[in-house]
Amino acid sequence: MRLTVDSRSVNESYCRVAVAAFAAQLDPTVEEISDIKTFVSEAVTNCIVHAYLSIPGKIYITASLTEDNTLIVRIRDKGIGIADVSKAREPLFTTGGDDRSGLGFSVMECFSDKLKVVSKEGVGTTVTIYKHIRGKNGNEA
Amino acid sequence: MQVLFKAEKDMLTVFLSGDIDHHTSKNIREAIDSELQRIMPSVLKLDFRDVHFMDSSGVGLVMGRYKTALVYGCEVYVVHMPDTVEKIMRMSGLGSLITFERD
Repeated sequence: MRLTVDSRSVNESYCRVAVAAFAAQLDPTVEEISDIKTFVSEAVTNCIVHAYLSIPGKIYITASLTEDNTLIVRIRDKGIGIADVSKAREPLFTTGGDDRSGLGFSVMECFSDKLKVVSKEGVGTTVTIYKHIRGKNGNEA
Repeated sequence: MQVLFKAEKDMLTVFLSGDIDHHTSKNIREAIDSELQRIMPSVLKLDFRDVHFMDSSGVGLVMGRYKTALVYGCEVYVVHMPDTVEKIMRMSGLGSLITFERD
C-alpha cells in the first residue's frame, strides 16, 4: 500500500488505522494491531512535530508484507532531517519541548522487531519498521 | 475523544476516552489543567478505562500533569488502564513516579 498525506496532526489517526487495516490480512492479534498503530503513530507524529515543524509538507507511507509474514512499513518525509540520529534515538531525548516524552523512537523499537532510520539534514528522514506478525493462529516465521 | 470530570472532597477524577495521540492530547491537556487550577485537589486520578489507543503523547500528557500536580502537592494515580495502554505506560518508566492501579 501507498499513502501520501499532508503533515497535519488530524491525519495521525487515519495513517495508523490505514496501516493496521492493511496488516489485517495476516489476522494479527489485538496486541499486534495495537503495536502497529502505535509505531505508525510515533513515526507520523515525528514528521509533523519535528520534520515539518516550520514548513508543512507531505508524509509518504508505504507498507508491504513478505512471504514470511513480516510487515514492513516505511515512513518518509522531506523535512529538516535529524542532525544526530543516534542522539535522537536515545530514550527521553527530545527537542520537542514541554509534554513531549522523548520516547518516540524507543516506542518504535520496543513495539517492532527492527527499526532503521536514515536521515540527512535539509533532505529528510526515512524510518523503516519491520514487524513479524504471528497472528491469532501463529503464522510461520 | 472526550474528557469528563468528577470532583469529590479533595479528589479530582478525570475520565479519558477514545484515542490519545499528539492531535488529541492538546485539548485533553488544556481541559485537565484548567480543572486542576480551579479545584486544586490533593489527589488526581486519571482513569483510562475508555481509552482505546494511546501513543507516547499520552505518556507526555501524564508526565506533564504529574509535574503540574507536584506544584500543588497533589498525588497522581493512573487507574483502569487497558492492556495496550499499560504496555506503553510501563515501558516509559512512569511507574516509578506515579501509582498505577488496575481496579
